[in-house]
Amino acid sequence: MNETPASNYALETRSVIKSYETDYGIIQAVDDVSLHVTAGEFVALVGPSGSGKTTMLSILAALLQPSSGRILLDGMDLSSMGDKERVKMRREKIGFTFQANNLVPYLTAVENVELMLRLNNKLDKTGKLRARELLARLGLGERLHNYPGQMSGGQQQRVAIARALIHNPSLVLADEPTASLDTERAFQVVETFAGLIHEQNRAGIMVTHDLRMCEFVDRVLLMQDGKLVNIYSTHDEIMDLARGGKH
Amino acid sequence: MKQLFTISGYLAIKEILHNKGRFLLVSMVIGLITLLVLFIAALGEGLGNGNREYISKLDAQLIAYQAKSDNLIGASRLSKNRLADIRRVEGVADAGMLGTSNATLILADGEAPLKVALLGVEPGHTGEPPVVEGQQLRSNLAKEVIIDKSTALRSGLQVGDAIVLRTTQGTDDKFHDLKVVGIADGQQYSLQPSVFAPFNTWDQIRPKSAAELNVPNPIPNVILIKLVDPALTELAQQRIAAEVNNVDTATIQQAIQALPGYSAQQSTLNTQGGFTLFIGILVIGGFFQIQILQKVSQIGVLKAIGTANPVVAWAAIFQIIIITIVGVVIGGLFTFLFSLTFPPTVPIVFNGTTSAVALAALLIIGPLGGLVSIRYAVRIEPLKALGLSS
Repeated sequence: MNETPASNYALETRSVIKSYETDYGIIQAVDDVSLHVTAGEFVALVGPSGSGKTTMLSILAALLQPSSGRILLDGMDLSSMGDKERVKMRREKIGFTFQANNLVPYLTAVENVELMLRLNNKLDKTGKLRARELLARLGLGERLHNYPGQMSGGQQQRVAIARALIHNPSLVLADEPTASLDTERAFQVVETFAGLIHEQNRAGIMVTHDLRMCEFVDRVLLMQDGKLVNIYSTHDEIMDLARGGKH
Repeated sequence: MKQLFTISGYLAIKEILHNKGRFLLVSMVIGLITLLVLFIAALGEGLGNGNREYISKLDAQLIAYQAKSDNLIGASRLSKNRLADIRRVEGVADAGMLGTSNATLILADGEAPLKVALLGVEPGHTGEPPVVEGQQLRSNLAKEVIIDKSTALRSGLQVGDAIVLRTTQGTDDKFHDLKVVGIADGQQYSLQPSVFAPFNTWDQIRPKSAAELNVPNPIPNVILIKLVDPALTELAQQRIAAEVNNVDTATIQQAIQALPGYSAQQSTLNTQGGFTLFIGILVIGGFFQIQILQKVSQIGVLKAIGTANPVVAWAAIFQIIIITIVGVVIGGLFTFLFSLTFPPTVPIVFNGTTSAVALAALLIIGPLGGLVSIRYAVRIEPLKALGLSS
């Protein structure tokens, strides 16, 4: 069994490769990607369509096993875990928001948020109060008992953000969280998301095709053809990118 | 385990409450299937009961038939000597003659005549049904009868009433005046209400074939045998076979199965009931399969955020169990209300055991029907469900 050296990062990947066999040969969807995110850091993963960012996100979310490489979350290696352990990691250590259809349609906003606490067997009075406070902070204090079908896309995204954060995960992942929102709502959602990541000291990764949203992140990781080709880490670089720079 | 059931129960109930209309609709369908299954079971019980009621309630363990009569009561003829022979066999406590025939009960006030089974029994011997009202038959020649509850219900006759029985001898109708001295509980025979006459009286009034007209002694169809020890039927059968000529014996159960049409009728109704349950499985299975297909992405989200497969599976199982129970209760209530509207002539009997078996089968078909959909739900890949696999 390979020894995995301890990591000082909330999340660290080491030489992650994901390859698929197709009729046309082997495709490297993710090709030797090593990255790290510290607690309290919000990172954007950008790249053109087919660059491998969604595959990378799925691997980080413990939804997909890499072909090789290591993914260390709080020092624990996701790549060596079985299905049950990975489900447990998703439940306890990871918060996730998706592009759309994020919420359970038969649960109200507050029930959707509380669901994470229920799944972790941590729903008590304090948890219920925190769920309400979090939703109120996200401007949904009046929508606690609304079902997803009674809320706008932006409101649903904010409920999903609350659900992703309520159980104090180490890693929060967002897959195109602004895909179905208008510009104003998109900025509001990402700004709120970034604020909570920083405030609660989580490691956050957002996959986005909309470079304008990078304005709120601490680093931008650019992927192309499955490889991590560039990292933008200074404020100026990031703002240039957000104001219309290209990949 | 408690956590598993709590969370899956929570998800199941929340979804049902949020989609009450849809789930109620399926419960109603299960309710209709329940109604159908219970009615088929009750019809089977009613028809079977109408055929075997008298035989199944006999205080006897064996029936003696004429040899080679294939255990058919109507085809069997025994002489009175056989009765004496059987009574002498060791282990036989009592034996009584039974003669079967048909007659028509003429009712007053222009009511339609009632066709009845006219049964000749020996007063005080095995075969005479115990009365619940009035008195037993007094002698073999008395001009009196015991009617069963079914006859009493349909005719309105009471103890002490005079009756007229019509039989047809050749081409001539004969009318016989008799008196009702007792009423027994339900004792239908061959799907007809019964009238029990003393054996000799029965022999005098029953229609006879030309060959029987000149026979001096009355001829029973079969002899009903009560044993000292009901557990020793096999031994008694062996002794009778060895000591009494020209008879075959059958247990009550064998005799019931040999009743004309009984087995065919019961197997037909059981097949119908089975097919109805099978249709129930398909309906419930189809509904849940469609439902799971509609919420693939929803299940994908649940799995992606860390919901374990057993939670997803048990949530589906709980839903199936809940709506099946609701459906069966609705169906049971409908069945009860419908049953109140049926006249006593309709052969429908809601027997506790049969109904309980039908209800248990209905409760099992829900989860059985949903098995495929549960398997499908468990195999949903969150990556594919969320469209992240491309």
